[in-house]
Amino acid sequence: MTGLMIVLIILALGAIGWIVARARATRLQIEVGRLATNSRPTQHGWYVALWTTLPALAFLAVWANVMPGLVHGTVMATPAARSLPADDFSRNAVLAEAQAIASGAQAGAFNPQSLTLVDSFRAATSRYSAIGAILAAILAFAGGAYAFSRVRPAFTARSRVERVVMWTLLGASLIAIITTAGIVASLLLESLRFFSMVNPLDFLFGLKWSPQSAALGYGNENAFGAVPLFWGTVFIGAIIAMIVAIPLGLMSAIYLTQYARPETRKWMKPILEVLAGVPTVVYGYFAALTVAPALRSFASTVGIPGASSESALAAGLVMGVMIIPFVSSMADDSIAAVPQAMRDGSLAMGATTSETIRKVLIPAALPGVVGGVLLAVSRAIGETMIVVMAAGLAANLTLNPFASVTTVTTQMVQLLTGDQEFDSAKTLAAFALGLVLFVVTLLLNIVALRVVKKYREAYE
Amino acid sequence: MAESDTIPKMSARGVNVFYGEKQAIQDVSIDVDLDNVTAFIGPSGCGKSTFLRTLNRMNDTVASARVEGKITLDGEDIYGANMDVVQLRARVGMVFQKPNPFPKTIYENVAYGPRIHGLASGKADLDQIVEKSLRRAGLWDEVKDRLNDSGTALSGGQQQRLCIARAIAVDPEVILMDEPCSALDPIATAKIEELILELRGNYAIVIVTHNMQQAARVSQRTAFFHLGRMVEQGPTTEIFTNPREERTKDYITGRYG
Repeated sequence: MTGLMIVLIILALGAIGWIVARARATRLQIEVGRLATNSRPTQHGWYVALWTTLPALAFLAVWANVMPGLVHGTVMATPAARSLPADDFSRNAVLAEAQAIASGAQAGAFNPQSLTLVDSFRAATSRYSAIGAILAAILAFAGGAYAFSRVRPAFTARSRVERVVMWTLLGASLIAIITTAGIVASLLLESLRFFSMVNPLDFLFGLKWSPQSAALGYGNENAFGAVPLFWGTVFIGAIIAMIVAIPLGLMSAIYLTQYARPETRKWMKPILEVLAGVPTVVYGYFAALTVAPALRSFASTVGIPGASSESALAAGLVMGVMIIPFVSSMADDSIAAVPQAMRDGSLAMGATTSETIRKVLIPAALPGVVGGVLLAVSRAIGETMIVVMAAGLAANLTLNPFASVTTVTTQMVQLLTGDQEFDSAKTLAAFALGLVLFVVTLLLNIVALRVVKKYREAYE
Repeated sequence: MAESDTIPKMSARGVNVFYGEKQAIQDVSIDVDLDNVTAFIGPSGCGKSTFLRTLNRMNDTVASARVEGKITLDGEDIYGANMDVVQLRARVGMVFQKPNPFPKTIYENVAYGPRIHGLASGKADLDQIVEKSLRRAGLWDEVKDRLNDSGTALSGGQQQRLCIARAIAVDPEVILMDEPCSALDPIATAKIEELILELRGNYAIVIVTHNMQQAARVSQRTAFFHLGRMVEQGPTTEIFTNPREERTKDYITGRYG
């Protein structure tokens, strides 16, 4: 509560600084004339406001991290702390309880000893909060005063404020990149732990996947061969789904760009794009409850052996349908990017529309289409919900599309849901799988973007 | 020129063109004959390109375009029910303002039309058509050793001659050229003009240009367009030396345009 108060006070100071500096700059401008001033009054206002708020808020952020340590130190120095248990675990339990009671998060104590420390916690906390608040206020004031003292006609507030804006925006874009780096780092670390237990070659090329047997104590050898998972992923995401998505997506793109009348295109294209926004769990539900049983009864009627109620085909078909809008919109873009001159050139030679599409538009748009397909594949192999619901869990190495297979993402979900200890090979295997998935999709995306980019340059 | 002696290759009578509500061409009548190069001149936006595109129905590709009046090729109505637009365009070829070779090899660019229309009976025959077309377009010597290079890798002038070779390859009767030199430098322009003079007599050629010197150099007949109407037409020498209409004279002497 006090923290929020002080933040509000700093922001209020900033607002006051803005008003005062702007008023002063306006007066100066009237005195010396508009042309003799470098920056506009508002920009001076922002300069002062930034100097008032930013250092003080930055200090508060640092203080919030430092304060618990200081409070802790102070409490430990009190006489009551001397009688605390010696071992770290019980001492920290008491301290944590005392702190919780002091802050009002907990009403009563399990361990009466913690009550002896509540008062000193309370005192220390309020003391350090007050110190922090006062320091922040001083900093806000000092910053504001310093900035205000620089409000002169020739002062370049404009470019300085602009620079702060630039750094803010840069920071915002760096957050995404740094987060990605963090994810990669954590994946790498956990994977390294996994690979210290399981030979990477066994993992990448082993044909048998049975993490349960490893968890049950049968040893890590021959339990983590991920090839059936890789195969299942490729079978569903890159083969079955693409057999559905590429022709249908391409044909719908051709229809929309070449044949559809503008009115038709106007309602059809948005509908296709809305499909891309349907949550994948809905597709998964459809795959598991409608498509999979239908395929199974079809397979048993026809007499295909090994038909299962969860099948690669069910997951792949539905995933293919899910990917159609994706392929279609990429293909649409690249066909539309082929210059009208190409089309005219072909038509003027006496080619029909379909000849023009086949012989000129598709070849010219092909790199873009290929790029789109690669992005679609990378999406499909990372897709989780549909395969979790419809593909199954059995790590079969099979070519039969009616049989149940499992994928990298399905197994990751299996390995990580529920109560898990995070130091067994079974759990860590999920990170190794994640790393493989990450690397593969990253490569696919890089290749796809390069292909698309190269193609765009050709027409500019 | 004795246009009454022979049947004109193409003739237009009372042609109106609309884009939606807007009328782009108003009541244009003109004949195009085999022996002459016909030039359409006029300021930008006067409708000369629009009119040119009605001659092989390229305006069909614009959904809002509508053509009224009668245009015939060898006496046959090209907007008639019996006319197949694909065949029409094989007989009336077109070269565009900006060179637009397909992103294929030089060979494939020229072979495109013959393949579509099944003009070659075999590989050797096709080779021959490609060579003949490239020779006619004056490009053979420059590209004969690199027929498998991409057509888009050629220079602008070469690309335009490739497009002419591509048009010639289907053996059309009429070639429409829509400002074929406006994207080219003077040397490349000179080559194209030379080529047009060489092609004259084999094909009926119609060229749209807003370069009046070019019209004077390559054409025998000229039509002057202004604000969607054809103001006057006649032998090129007459139009340039002794125009009947005041507007033509103003345009030719550079008063506007």
